[in-house]
Amino acid sequence: MSVLDIKNLTVRFATADGEVAAVSDVSLSVGKGECLGIVGESGSGKSQTFLAVLGLLAPNGRATGEVMFGNTNLLAADEKTLNGLRGDKLTMVFQDPMTSLTPHMRVGRQLTEVLIRHRNVNAAAARDQAIAMLRRVQIPEAERRFDMYPFELSGGLRQRVMIAMAMLCGPKLIIADEPTTALDVTVQAQILDLIRRAKDELNTAVILITHDLGVVAGLADRVGVMYAGRLVELGDVRQIFNAPRHPYTKGLLACTPRLDDTTVGTMPTIPGQPPNLQRLPTGCAYHPRCPAVMELCRVERPPLLATPTGSLNACFLENAS
Amino acid sequence: MSAPLLQVRDLKVHFQVRGAGLFAGTQALKAVDGVSFDLAAGETLGIVGESGCGKSTLGRAVLQLLPATAGSVAWLGADLTALDKTALKAQRQHMQIVFQDPLASLDPRMTAGDIIAEPLRNYHPDLSAVERKDRVKQMMDQVGLLPAMVNRYPHEFSGGQCQRIGIARAMILNPKLVVCDEPVSALDVSIRAQVINLLMELQSRFNLSMLFISHDLSVVRHISRRVMVLYLGRVMELADRDSLYAAPRHPYTQALISAVPIADPDKERAKPRVAVNDDLPSPLNPPSGCVFRTRCPKATEICARVSPPLQSAGAGHEVACHHWRD
Repeated sequence: MSVLDIKNLTVRFATADGEVAAVSDVSLSVGKGECLGIVGESGSGKSQTFLAVLGLLAPNGRATGEVMFGNTNLLAADEKTLNGLRGDKLTMVFQDPMTSLTPHMRVGRQLTEVLIRHRNVNAAAARDQAIAMLRRVQIPEAERRFDMYPFELSGGLRQRVMIAMAMLCGPKLIIADEPTTALDVTVQAQILDLIRRAKDELNTAVILITHDLGVVAGLADRVGVMYAGRLVELGDVRQIFNAPRHPYTKGLLACTPRLDDTTVGTMPTIPGQPPNLQRLPTGCAYHPRCPAVMELCRVERPPLLATPTGSLNACFLENAS
Repeated sequence: MSAPLLQVRDLKVHFQVRGAGLFAGTQALKAVDGVSFDLAAGETLGIVGESGCGKSTLGRAVLQLLPATAGSVAWLGADLTALDKTALKAQRQHMQIVFQDPLASLDPRMTAGDIIAEPLRNYHPDLSAVERKDRVKQMMDQVGLLPAMVNRYPHEFSGGQCQRIGIARAMILNPKLVVCDEPVSALDVSIRAQVINLLMELQSRFNLSMLFISHDLSVVRHISRRVMVLYLGRVMELADRDSLYAAPRHPYTQALISAVPIADPDKERAKPRVAVNDDLPSPLNPPSGCVFRTRCPKATEICARVSPPLQSAGAGHEVACHHWRD
């Protein structure tokens, strides 16, 4: 039974230069207590996919397809239904903890607001629950921090507050968009531990969007790789890292410098740069950069198909071999 | 081994900041507090640390872009901190910098060609426009930009290409030293590897010395010969690359290295982690003795009293810790 089920999601933006598809025909699902990692470079559509899920697209954006969260199609839901779900059963943690907290409101009030709105508890009970949650995310001196403003907290503490807020109502799904990108590496490790605990202890489903393959390797159960608005590979985390099938996934892994890598000299690279979404190459969007390009790739787009190991891969090589 | 190109001794950069409260006096923020190192010709020294550790300030103070509070920066034997403006300008052509944000570090109203040619106009005003243009195009070719794009503006380039323009600008005077301040942090994974390769290629071709400042320990491992770990403005550990990564001696280095995620699910999930508590203390009010002691799992009573000096822990390996043998 999946918590979130996305079918054929397409997100288009109306721009001065015409319509641009930021996300094209993405289908995926995430189950209870599962962590789905979504990786891709800037412009791959990984953030827009889930902003569409949350109903938070920019005004010029339009999403089509179907996004089932329980029995609700989020794309068809009205604002009232969405507001009832967001912050309660469906929560999010964004990249920058400074800009995603309200600067002129004390941390405590931002937390109790969630409970008072969704749980209909009185202020005293909300305060107790909020402080308990701040302790749970290992914020030292929780009572004192409760009365502080966001600017008085360090980046790591602010992100802990965001996670506390996301966990307050016992969500079914947390969408974390680059939750540790703005943080130092020692703090990042602590925040990832918190997300891992939320997943294990509360059986919450987590969607972890990031460009950092190492973060995904440590936390995700399954991984989806996006390129130019499409899902190009989706599989078990070990399959993606140990036996990647799509040439883009292989390329990404090869050109990621690793701490445990003792080789020196020239690094493997992916030639060229990610495509402009307004002028996508014909056929497979990756073909101009692909080392294994075939004639067919230039004219036809490879569909995302099941592989013998049960993963999904959008590459003609898969069928050829 | 030849004499070092750069000798930095006990370099300090303190900023005067206003304290809290209306009538509070100023306090010294010790961004860099007694850093020493040598850099040989053709060598890359990686400088790592978390935000606020002073790594960028150090890079700028070496180039005299920020005034040093104390200490010396000897460039081929001559102390840069003692030079007057004219003499310093003459030396500056040998040392350049590449910044983190590729777009913000380029003037949006200048073309790529003008940006790359600016150092030439500054230092070689005698060159004719044709000669200048030739050298710019040659340099563009060397950093992997199409010379035909010489008349385009920065906004017409991608992030990776902008960084190549920044590198071309730094390289056009044939410098001996380039300070790279987080040069690949703003770039996508697939572009980052290209720029790292470019920097390494230019380095070996021109026998460049590099200070490579980054928070990314994986990138630093790949590009550096030696690595310096900074924490609250002080050197915690300075060692040859392989020695540092294979056998880090300082608890802070151990914590840093163990916190870096590795793109391998089995290794990443199995690896032991050195836990450090709390967030960074305020640099305005650093702990007494060893600055790392408040987060250190090995801290004892001596660490609060005595600031550990940088001591040898094997060939080419220095560490500032009372307990590195434990």
